[in-house]
Amino acid sequence: MSRLPSRRALLAGASATAAAAMLGGCDRLGNAEWFQRTLKTGEDANLFVQRLLLTDRTLAPEYAETDISPWFKPNGTEDPLDKAYKAFAKAKFAKYHLEIDGLVEAPFKLSLAELRKLPARTQITRHDCVEGWSAIGKWTGVPLSDLLSRAKLKPGARYVVFHCADTMDQGNALEGGGDGEETDEAPAGNANPSMTKQSGSGESRKDSGGQQATDDDAASGGSPVRYYESIDLVDAFHPQTILAYDMNGQALPVSNGAPLRLRVERNLGYKQAKYVMRIEVVESFAHLGDGKGGYWEDQGYAWYAGI
Amino acid sequence: MARTYLTRSAPETGEIERRRWMFRHPVVIRITHWANAVCLLILLMSGLQIFNAHPALYWGKVSTFDAPLMAMSSTEDDPPKGMTTMFGHGFDTTGWLGSSIGSNGQAADRGFPSWATLPSDQDLTGGRSWHFFSAWVFVLNGLGYLLYGLVSGQLRFRVIPSRDQVRHFSASIWEHLTLRFPQGDEAKRYNVIQKLTYLVVLFVLLPVQVLAGLAMSPAMDAAFPILLTLFDGRQSARTVHFVVAAMLVLFVLVHVALVLLSGFWNNMRGMLTGWFVIERKVESAPVAGETRA
Repeated sequence: MSRLPSRRALLAGASATAAAAMLGGCDRLGNAEWFQRTLKTGEDANLFVQRLLLTDRTLAPEYAETDISPWFKPNGTEDPLDKAYKAFAKAKFAKYHLEIDGLVEAPFKLSLAELRKLPARTQITRHDCVEGWSAIGKWTGVPLSDLLSRAKLKPGARYVVFHCADTMDQGNALEGGGDGEETDEAPAGNANPSMTKQSGSGESRKDSGGQQATDDDAASGGSPVRYYESIDLVDAFHPQTILAYDMNGQALPVSNGAPLRLRVERNLGYKQAKYVMRIEVVESFAHLGDGKGGYWEDQGYAWYAGI
Repeated sequence: MARTYLTRSAPETGEIERRRWMFRHPVVIRITHWANAVCLLILLMSGLQIFNAHPALYWGKVSTFDAPLMAMSSTEDDPPKGMTTMFGHGFDTTGWLGSSIGSNGQAADRGFPSWATLPSDQDLTGGRSWHFFSAWVFVLNGLGYLLYGLVSGQLRFRVIPSRDQVRHFSASIWEHLTLRFPQGDEAKRYNVIQKLTYLVVLFVLLPVQVLAGLAMSPAMDAAFPILLTLFDGRQSARTVHFVVAAMLVLFVLVHVALVLLSGFWNNMRGMLTGWFVIERKVESAPVAGETRA
């Protein structure tokens, strides 16, 4: 038994070292690229298993009128500063056209009025933000599958990309102008649940909008990064995947993505692209942004957002 | 090696002390135990990181932003105060919840402090990566443990109280409360409170925790709408996930405290090498007790 104390000391030392290494080392480990790739296998497994569990037609739960949230919390961009968008909004989107192109046989453009004449689907669904909160809203819009069928996908088409009107990062041409929505709307900024409608940064942004550069200034420096998202054909042809122009029976407000936003109901909020201007069918999204398939994906979020 | 210690004392009449080595924890149990411990710690800390992205809890299908069950926030003061409201009552939790000193030494608006979250800085996507990865390891490890436990009979031996234990239930509660730990043959098995606690953790808390986690997934809700019925909505599931995590923390604290009180090195040796020492006082010539592997 005389060897026990040394073994004890060894064990104590080992556990102390392990604890210290864990607390200090996890952050460093989490920053190492190989380790990040390893951690991401968890999210790859989520996609794999959820695609096994869900058929292409498994519907997200739909709710009753009485379940609709009195206030549908807008998140991310709430009032795009882009001049082109502002001009559209001023004219109540009369001059707005949705473009569909890319790997399609028949690219086309549709005005908002033309979109409204197409067969529509209305659904009351729950919106789940990656931050953790939920809200229920009623959406009316055109099934994306109808538009894609009309455009006729070319062989090789694998993803549908949504190009949006709102600029997230102005590029490096700006100096301290407060680079748009992204800074204000980082998850930490939204962490306060008591945040009310009026405390949204819309007003303050309008004030600073005068000095703030918009996309026109981009020519003098870095290019602006606009919001974009992508989904695969499983989600694109899902019956509940619609391009919504109405929310709760009224025209979609600017804060919630007017004139047109994506609803892809089995996914988290950041997939539900707002201010959709153009739909591009692609084989790969590697050439867009940082190549991860969306604005938030380029910041490290998982491309598949089913959980 | 340990077998050489099997009997240390000569069997004499009168009161003598005996040490008996017992092979208590088979290797599968030891490995799954430590893997589970690491997973739970990572799940807890990355879970707090995810919680910090929206440090408020609600009941029902959706978030009632102006009436949370519980919320953490910071005030506009300089330096900011951390506030936690629960069921409408506010508490000053500066330094702990709502506002605390971050890893850069500056006061930061955050739910839980940086020392409690993984990664330590505000990083929702990093927290999600850690959480989902360790959740998969936790589930696979847990299934491995259950499968082994069922096939080997270990599970039944460990967590199902035997008839005599049920009969002496109240006596063993008293023993437990007065921290008198069983000796001799009684020390070879878990007492009835241990068994019931492990039973509840294994078959109630941990499964509920996994299901509540899955109920927060919009895709899983589409595949299994019963998840929402079970928890009365996604926001309730998120609250249950938080509360059960707190209960698991409580379990671990009590578990570690009892490990320390009932012979730390013996317990640690048991869970690291499998070998556990049973001390006992015997009146006369001892009856050879069988060791249960």
